Amino acid sequence: MPAGCTAAFQGIYPKTAFSVPVVNIAFGAAAACASGISSLYKAAGKKTRVIVYAGDGGTLDIGLQAMSGAFERGTDFLYICYDNEAYGNTGMQRSSATPLGAKTTTTPGGKPEGKKDIDAIIAAHRPPYQATACASYPQDLFRKVEKALTFRGPSFIHVLSPCPPGWRYSAEKTVEIGKLAVKSGTWVLYEREHGKLTISPPSKAAMKQPVPIEEYLSLQGRFKGIDADTVVHLKEEIAGQHRELTSRETKP
Amino acid sequence: MKKIATGNKAIAEAVRQVRPDVVAAYPITPQSEIVETIADFVAGGQLESQFIPVESEHSAMAACIGASIAGGRTFTATSSQGLLYMHEMTNWAAGARLPVVMANVNRALAPGWNIWAEHTDAIQERDTGWLQVWVATVQEAYDTILMAFRIAEHNRVLLPVMVNLDGFTLSHIMQPLDTVEPGDFIPPIHLPDIVNPKNPVGYGALTGPADYFRFRWEIERSMRDAGAVITETQKEFAKRFGRTYGFTEDYRCEDADVVVISLGTLGKEAEVAIDNLRSEGIRAGSMRLRWFRPFPQLDLAGKEVVVIDRNYSFGFGGVIAHSIRSKNLVPVFSVIAGLGGQEVTYDDIADFVRNRHSGEEFWFGVNDRV
Repeated sequence: MPAGCTAAFQGIYPKTAFSVPVVNIAFGAAAACASGISSLYKAAGKKTRVIVYAGDGGTLDIGLQAMSGAFERGTDFLYICYDNEAYGNTGMQRSSATPLGAKTTTTPGGKPEGKKDIDAIIAAHRPPYQATACASYPQDLFRKVEKALTFRGPSFIHVLSPCPPGWRYSAEKTVEIGKLAVKSGTWVLYEREHGKLTISPPSKAAMKQPVPIEEYLSLQGRFKGIDADTVVHLKEEIAGQHRELTSRETKP
Repeated sequence: MKKIATGNKAIAEAVRQVRPDVVAAYPITPQSEIVETIADFVAGGQLESQFIPVESEHSAMAACIGASIAGGRTFTATSSQGLLYMHEMTNWAAGARLPVVMANVNRALAPGWNIWAEHTDAIQERDTGWLQVWVATVQEAYDTILMAFRIAEHNRVLLPVMVNLDGFTLSHIMQPLDTVEPGDFIPPIHLPDIVNPKNPVGYGALTGPADYFRFRWEIERSMRDAGAVITETQKEFAKRFGRTYGFTEDYRCEDADVVVISLGTLGKEAEVAIDNLRSEGIRAGSMRLRWFRPFPQLDLAGKEVVVIDRNYSFGFGGVIAHSIRSKNLVPVFSVIAGLGGQEVTYDDIADFVRNRHSGEEFWFGVNDRV
């Protein structure tokens, strides 16, 4: 586990809140550290599973190189990225996962660039399994984690993680916001097994009949005052992603 | 078994015999031959290690850390920019008390690009908690790698060890090498507190000031204990294999009025200078510093000291010269020489001794010759 919110809330030495051993490691080093652990277990003939649990900063930005290396080497591990679309632990600065138009403490006027497509980058490494998920759909998330652990080699799950202080909404709306991300088509749930893409049922329904994106944006302070042009761009980005995913699903 | 080998090959051979569980390394001139040779050993079945061909040195050390936390014996090798890139993780390895062994082939730091010998790369790691040793011959490189694993993994040490050798002037030089059968000189690795899936322990989690401070002291305490473990290991090595090593390698120092202190291959060059100076009636000796961390207490009473620093701390001075000054009340004459692979011959070293009264710090090749 690299630096991030989960590293902070696991407990202060000598206590831990986790029921499994957790190896904390430097921000950009999680995947490489995991590949060392995984290699040792491989050498010992043990089937112990190694899971990286990293935020969007530790995955899309500072950890990208180490992660790419570990995927390319076929490291036997599951990499879970919990993505709250900014550097939450240090006070909500922009990350490359921050979407277009979102305000963060380093993009006070809204982010001028779009969200990095980490899933496409992962797909380019051709892992046996990758998926997207959101904790507002817990059964879908559980199933994907369980499934990922049945594959040997590198697998990846990208979890959208609504963040009350960062996205500027009150905490009781977290499940609703995650659902709206999916229902508006902003966040698409899918999985890829050996390259074959399947859009998950909640997103399938949402893509047919999406909730207007404005409903998703208007609940979040980070999009307050977003201009109409940016919303149009966001819609175009989403439509483009839907076309891409749909075509990949039908023609793998 | 007697053979001929380069410094790099000798290190790879020692690693093969010690059989680490995991080797994670990234190539860099002039270290690449170590990684390539180990990869060959693994591919050819002569070494059953997991070889992780990482994409960077930062990941090399991170992978060694992961494998070591899980209880494995680990090795990596690097040089120069690679060591600098690793720096965040070298601190982590020592802080987490992991006995990673590394060979560092000393090379100058860019810019400008320079692939030749200089010690500043390793000197910049001096405060990380790594034990640091310098070698001067192919045989010594091999022997010291064997000893490094035993020292690092000793339960009174549990700190990483960096074995330094000069780029090209040792890494690529062929010399006779007498290999040994290490046997139980290297006992099976048994690390405390390794990751156990049945025991949920947090490693390196958030730590308050009181515990953090105690952990730092424990590193220092182990660094101090390491002195005795090094002595004991070198003694045991001599007993088993017949080659004797100390914290320093002293050459004609007993009756010397002036002693040259240096690291690495310059120390071998200095021995020729000492013979020549002695033939002129100058009672000189050479003290080649092997161990730099922990820093040894040297016996220099009544002697003048010429320190050759193949490193520099800008705005401060040669690091070895100042280290000697801080621990010994003797006249120290500081020479900065050999940076970026600058050639330094035994005649030059003899000159450093003859002309030692010429100033506090002498930049060889920059200052006018005096």
